[in-house]
Amino acid sequence: MQYIIVGAGPSGVIACETIRKLNQSAQITLITGQSEPPYSRMAIPYFLEEKITESGTHLRHNSEHFSSLGIIVINEKVNAIETSKNFVRLADGTELGYEKLLLATGAQAVSPPIDGIHLDNVHNCWTLEDARNIASKAVAGSSVVLMGAGFIGCIILESLLKRGVNLTIVEMGDRMVPRMMDDTAGGLLKSWCESKGVRILTSEQVTSINDADSSDQKPLKVNLKNSPALPADLVICATGVKSNIDFLKGSDIAFDQGIIVNEFLQTNIDNVYASGDVAQGLDFSDQSWHVQAIQPTAVEHGRIAAINMVQNNSCKHHGSINMNILDTMGLISTSFGQWMGIEGGQESILLDKKNFRYLNLQFKEDCLVGISSLGHTQNIGVVRGLIRGKVKLGAWKERLMKDPSRLMEAYLASL
Amino acid sequence: MEKSLVINPDNCTGCLQCEMACSYENEGVFNPSKSRIKVFTFHQEGRFVPYTCTQCADAWCQQACPVDAISLNLVTGAKEVNESSCVGCKVCTISCPFGTINYNQSSGKVIKCDLCGGDPKCASACPTQAISYVDADQTGLDKMRKWATETDHASTNTPANA
Amino acid sequence: MSWTGKLLRINLTSGEITTEALNDQWKKDYLGSRGLATKYLSEEIDPACDPLSIENKMIMATGPLTGTMAATGGRYVVVTKGPLTNCIACSNSGGFIGAEMKSAGWDMIIFEGKSPEPVYLYIENDKVELLPADEIWGTSVWNTDEWLHNKHQDPLLRIAAVGRPAENGCLYAGIVNDLHRAAGRSGVGTVMASKNLKAVAIRGTLGVGNLTDPEAFMKAVNEGKAVLADNPVTGQGLPAYGTQVLMNVINEIGALPTNNMKDVQFDGAHAISGEAMSEPRKSDGRPNLTTNAACFGCTIACGRISTIDQGHFSVKNKAKYWGNSGGLEYEAAWALGADNGVDDLDALTYVNFICNEDGFDPITFGATVAAAMEMFEAGDLTLEQTGGIEFKFGSAEALTQSVELVALGEGFGQDLALGSKRLCEKYGRPELSMTVKGQEFPAYDPRGIQGIGLNYATSNRGACHVRGYTVASEVLGIPEKTDPLTADGKPGLVKAFQDITASVDSSGLCLFTTFAWSLENIAPQLQGACGNEWTVDYLLEVGERIWNMEREFNLKAGITSADDTLPPRLREEAAKTGPAKGMVSQVEAMMPEYYQLRGWSEDGKPTDATLIRLGLKG
Repeated sequence: MQYIIVGAGPSGVIACETIRKLNQSAQITLITGQSEPPYSRMAIPYFLEEKITESGTHLRHNSEHFSSLGIIVINEKVNAIETSKNFVRLADGTELGYEKLLLATGAQAVSPPIDGIHLDNVHNCWTLEDARNIASKAVAGSSVVLMGAGFIGCIILESLLKRGVNLTIVEMGDRMVPRMMDDTAGGLLKSWCESKGVRILTSEQVTSINDADSSDQKPLKVNLKNSPALPADLVICATGVKSNIDFLKGSDIAFDQGIIVNEFLQTNIDNVYASGDVAQGLDFSDQSWHVQAIQPTAVEHGRIAAINMVQNNSCKHHGSINMNILDTMGLISTSFGQWMGIEGGQESILLDKKNFRYLNLQFKEDCLVGISSLGHTQNIGVVRGLIRGKVKLGAWKERLMKDPSRLMEAYLASL
Repeated sequence: MEKSLVINPDNCTGCLQCEMACSYENEGVFNPSKSRIKVFTFHQEGRFVPYTCTQCADAWCQQACPVDAISLNLVTGAKEVNESSCVGCKVCTISCPFGTINYNQSSGKVIKCDLCGGDPKCASACPTQAISYVDADQTGLDKMRKWATETDHASTNTPANA
Repeated sequence: MSWTGKLLRINLTSGEITTEALNDQWKKDYLGSRGLATKYLSEEIDPACDPLSIENKMIMATGPLTGTMAATGGRYVVVTKGPLTNCIACSNSGGFIGAEMKSAGWDMIIFEGKSPEPVYLYIENDKVELLPADEIWGTSVWNTDEWLHNKHQDPLLRIAAVGRPAENGCLYAGIVNDLHRAAGRSGVGTVMASKNLKAVAIRGTLGVGNLTDPEAFMKAVNEGKAVLADNPVTGQGLPAYGTQVLMNVINEIGALPTNNMKDVQFDGAHAISGEAMSEPRKSDGRPNLTTNAACFGCTIACGRISTIDQGHFSVKNKAKYWGNSGGLEYEAAWALGADNGVDDLDALTYVNFICNEDGFDPITFGATVAAAMEMFEAGDLTLEQTGGIEFKFGSAEALTQSVELVALGEGFGQDLALGSKRLCEKYGRPELSMTVKGQEFPAYDPRGIQGIGLNYATSNRGACHVRGYTVASEVLGIPEKTDPLTADGKPGLVKAFQDITASVDSSGLCLFTTFAWSLENIAPQLQGACGNEWTVDYLLEVGERIWNMEREFNLKAGITSADDTLPPRLREEAAKTGPAKGMVSQVEAMMPEYYQLRGWSEDGKPTDATLIRLGLKG
């Protein structure tokens, strides 16, 4: 059997390994557009912080890892997929035939369409190459403007501060990490950052970026909608990502925001699957289909897609739980599932503003459907277990309504 | 024969000798807050429940780790955190549906049970045999493992946790 | 060396929080916990001060073995001047907060002054804050515990708190930690509340280490654990029945004080014994005892976790008390039960729950009710005075009503909150208070166990069994059997037990280890943790030094040799039944020899030579 996996992020790599585990004789080819070994985006903040070197970001540390598993790695971009003939065409013109194909091409950073976004000292923060650029320019004493206070923006804050830069964050939304936290938690996170010396402008927008008017100023001028312009040495744009689907234009693989898949991670073409940030997969919580673009989902997708490719759709995907854990300069926040609550649901909330502690549980009847938290890390994984298992909490529901911090006991009692 | 930790909560008195033995072995100090095994107290029910990683077969933490820092010890079957590779991203801590891999803020890495390389100190410290280390097929951890597998594979069955 | 070497000083008047290095010389002289805290207190307050005034201080202290893996190494003490006794008060407790305090990096916390508003102390390692307690002032310990866990969103927060009786000035209020462990005696909780301090909440994540010789320590710890496991008392009796293993034993030897010590045997003893706690109740088929439970690091696990029959009159329609909580230990079962002639196990368990919930000493409370019963039956107390409660021996209803009144500080509960000495004085029958230095006796009758009587009379914190538990030798034969009915040799036995106990208490270990351990087992653990100087001989010397330091404190507080005695009943009214029938306590006959062995003058003062020998005088 000939398997081709396109994309060497976590989803693609797990898929290759899973296929190998299930089928010792399969021919497995991993195609990556990057010219370097597969690396992890999750590790980039720690690279910026100089806690690890570049090799520390690698998904697999053993350079022989893929060859020892008999996985052929090709470093070339895929230009097109010919589903009727079962081959992929690489940028260099090579055509590779497959029997089963997995598209795990991930996502890319998107930048807002404003003037100056392509200037030299404006960078995204998504790839290792981006990180190298930021590392070389975010030097002590430099002024850095960070566009976007989302997950990526927050997670690199500590490394930027440790590099000794003067940092200003510009966020369009009215709070920090609006897509993983409510007003209360986002507001607390903002005051936490401000207490650490970061300037944060929420409900603010960068309208354009231009070169400085004169040479004695910082090289960039960042123009804002509601406030005076900010001088900057470096602008980091972390405003969002989108699935890498451009190469599918012209193919007959169906896509929307991402590639459309069914509960087996199978696309509209029978022998083509998609996984990870590029797949518009099933969300466990509301059974909707969308791109989650998070590491645990990428891994779950990769694994399940691989099983289905080898074992003929034997493993149904019940949906992934959207979940995040974020370390913003030492304040750890999490969100799981329907943290924003559901209609007709109930919630149990503890808030200790002074100590930046927050715990918000959301229930549907006596099942936990989501949480968000600040400052809670112990045994936090059980939230996934409780949500995923649709565990009926029974009497513990009422206890949790009184004191949500007894989550671990509730979990153990339900085992 | 591979061995497993077997926990019998009925025998537990909540003395925390296991937590001290664990933290002493791994951190060099007696520090229950850094223990890989935790005893939970159910005051109203009069029950104490020691709890730690079951070393599930297709470990979620291992799968989710973006930098290959969790590996299988072929001798003990334990999933071990390689401290030098772990960057502290914590993805494993939200991925493990059992909550048994935890972030250690002071080291900036995650910690989990590694069976002490085959001589788990919690078991030898336990005065009441609430924790023992025995042949894997006697463990009775099947229920949890089954759940692990099912959560893991998102198979057609409903998770077993009723 | 397993001290953290640091203490916290909390000035409640100003709100100022400072840290200090532990006095190096004092820790060598006094080890830790009881000894070291008493040294600090002796140096810092005038022993003659009013215990409930701003001049008094309160110290929470751990020992060098607290928070280590040494079996039972979870103890802490509260040392202050006690309002019940006007003597040195030193109440020892287990649970988990002691180890937590150590793990947060503190050997000791000294509280001084008085807060202008109700506050609680919150400690998270180096972060130490006094926070407002208005919302919990006026509520029980259990409510405070729940509120603090909720507020700090931390189920693992360890909490010690006082209840309403402490706030209301009940003279025997304790400090309850971890819901049902208590620094219970002498009114240490009353002192805490007098400072407007409601609770101490601790989260420690630094750990305890810094051992002098880790390998030797772990070896000694493991050997010690094996000795405890193999010993019939610590390995079987205590885990199975708790201290309640003693109820039937002490009754049989005729030393179970009954009906305010009028009698020495109780017909209902079995019904309230440890054995009975394990038997299924007739009503609901469940035993009173759910399980045994350990304090931090304890491999004995004598703690009782119990329920009350939901149909019992005491908890009808009170669902709050239907779950498990800390059950009866021997002293409480005796004071609430035998001493009042009450044999209703569920009633006693309920009263014990309330004592935990609102933080007051069940021994003093029970014995005070017993005194009230005797006065009521004798006509010294009227129905009008008791608010309509019939205080008759054997009345479980009188007992449960009393406990609620003391908890709430209402009605006759205000009189009962005085303790038996002041209660009996108030109603004109001072001789009916079964106390020494104002503190009520525990559960061993000095007529049937002669040595313990001498210990009661000389105990530095008033009548107390855990200052020199000669019962071990006189009844259980540990370390060797002595005849409980003879006074011969008892002064030496009492002194030895008192000195050893002072040492054990100061280490951070639980006294109950000494059912199985001698200092020969303890010294190696201390040596591994703290250095080779902690030999058996040195520990004996330290124990004796501590005892004499406490005595000096009490002498300065106004205690004289006249206070080293027992109430007339025990010296004059002979035991009516059992092996001790016809006997009275020979405490007066033993006293001269005791003073002499102690190196004290005839009027009970340590001589200069003694003080110099012990380094208590330059």
